[in-house]
This record gives sequence, C-alpha cells and structure tokens, in this order.
Amino acid sequence: MLTNDSTLMNTMITLAGAALATYGLRLGGLLLSERLPRSPAFRAFMGALPGTILLSLVVPGILAAGPWGCLAAMATVVTAVKTRQTLLAMLVGMLVIMFQRHLF
Amino acid sequence: MRHSEIQRGFRANLPIAVSVAAYGSVLGVLAAQDHISWFVLLLMDLSIFAGSAQFVMVDMWSTPLPIGEMVTGVAVINLRYLLIGASLEPLFINKSMGHKAFVMHLVADENWAVTMAAHRQGRASSDFLFGGGCCLLLAWCLGTMTGHQLGAFIRHPEVYALDFAFVAVFTALTTGMWRGKMDLAPWVAAALIAVAAEALLPGKWYIVAGGLGGALVPALQCLIGDRGSIPSVKKEEPHVNE
Repeated sequence: MLTNDSTLMNTMITLAGAALATYGLRLGGLLLSERLPRSPAFRAFMGALPGTILLSLVVPGILAAGPWGCLAAMATVVTAVKTRQTLLAMLVGMLVIMFQRHLF
Repeated sequence: MRHSEIQRGFRANLPIAVSVAAYGSVLGVLAAQDHISWFVLLLMDLSIFAGSAQFVMVDMWSTPLPIGEMVTGVAVINLRYLLIGASLEPLFINKSMGHKAFVMHLVADENWAVTMAAHRQGRASSDFLFGGGCCLLLAWCLGTMTGHQLGAFIRHPEVYALDFAFVAVFTALTTGMWRGKMDLAPWVAAALIAVAAEALLPGKWYIVAGGLGGALVPALQCLIGDRGSIPSVKKEEPHVNE
C-alpha cells in the first residue's frame, strides 16, 4: 500500500506542478504584456519554439521505429500537408506500421 | 459577465470543438494503455487543459514518475502561452484582476485563434473568449473520457500500431508548425540536438534540449544580424527608413 500511496502522491505533485506552470504562463503573459522583451531575437526564439519542441519530441521516436517508422512518418507528413487533417494523417502513419506488422 | 457574449463564444467554437474531441479521444485511448485512471486523466483535463502538453505527459508516464522532466517539459511546451496571454491584453482593459485570473485558465490555442479572428472584426470580448474555453473544455473532457473507455477494451495495442500513435500524431502536428524556409536551420539544429541528447542525457530531457537549442538558432541569427553580419537582415532596414 505504501507504494500505491507514494505513486498517488507523485501523480498529484506532477499534475499540480504542470497545472501551476501552465496557468502561470497563461496569466503571466497577460499581466506582463507590457514588460515582455520586444527584441527581434526574443520574438524569433518564441516563434520558433513550438515547432522545434514538437520536432525534438518526434525525431528520436521515428528513428527508434526503424526504416518502416521513417516510411510511416513520411506518409504522415505527406497526408498532413495535402489534407491538413491531423487525425487522418495520424491514421495513415499508423496504417503503414500495422501493414508492416501483419506482413512480417 | 455577459451571458450573451459567453453563449456567442461557445457557439463560435463548436466546429473546432469537434476536432478537439476527436483529438482528445486519441489521448484517452493512449492514457488507458498507460494504465492512467480516468479520474487522473479528467483531473489533468480540468487542471492543465492543454492538448500537446497532456500528450507529452501521457507519453512520459512511467513508474516512478519523472516529475522534474514532466513539469519542465510541460512548461517549455506551454511557453507559447506567454505570448498568447500578452496578445489578449486589449480584451481585458478595465477588467478586474479576479476576472483576468478566472478567464485565463480556459485559454487554449483554439479559442484564442477564434477570438483573435473575431477581434479583428471588432466582435470579441473576454466573455466571448471564456465561452469558447467552456465549449472546448467540455469537448476535451468528453473526447478523452470516451477514448479512455474505448482504450480499456483494446487488448493488443501493438496490432493496431497504437504504440506508434504518439509518433504519428506528433509528426502530423509538427508538419503544421512549418512556417517556411526560415524554419530549416532551427529544425535541423533541433533534430540533431534531440538525437544527440537522447543518446547522452537520461530520460526525456532531449525534448527540452532540442526545443530550446533549435529555437536559439533564429534568435542568434537576429543578434548577429543586428551587428551587421547577416546581409539579409541588414538589407531590410533601409526600407523602414524610406
């Protein structure tokens, strides 16, 4: 039971930390709107951040899935560019992996 | 708060709420596979209410929980809310601190985008924004809870490539982030740093390292450009003066 209790505790600490960080950024942005740096370098940094984070998240995962993972990722990118449907693009990528697993 | 404005915001976000619910159902399926209880997932929906950050949390979920990596990861992914929050300032002129603190929790990418579009036509308010947030929160919770129910029935997730769903959904989301040639240098840097950091650093720190490292590239280009080393930036300056 001790492990369960500490797991629950850790879960609550993580949720609280993530929630406070997110809420702090939401409200902080509004309250600090006058004081945020307006330099082009800061803007360029913040502008590039969402893309670079998602890419960093995804690239090691694609490589870990091997050649079929790369193929599935390419199929996902093409579908996403052509249709702009996130859900459809995801399913196409998963279908490639399903196909590989049924085949081999 | 004006109810008519809240209702208008709620209705304006209904179309996008459908895709938010669909997206949420994927998160729910994946959370169920990670043995995250529906209660914890619902608590996450209500307290964090940020799609990509919650996907990253569910992806990082393991025993024992990597608390530091997860909170840092969520904070870095949500850094954009600083700018989103700052851009909403015109809607909150003469509003009380309590009103600001209450409404800002329900700001997500989608209702922000819908509100900014309405604002350009002079038809937005903080109540409109809040109504949109309520609509999205409802859709998000319904979607994740439905997905969680479905996920519990799937016995062999690898047959349906569910373990690849994270990679696939993030690949699709990343594609949408591409802003053109200007992203080439930061994206190459981010990918290289992430792959190197994954090999060298423990846990999931490679996400933070690659994200920050990649985003520093255009910032440094700006700084060097200010000193005159990058001609393309310098060339634009005379136009401003003319």
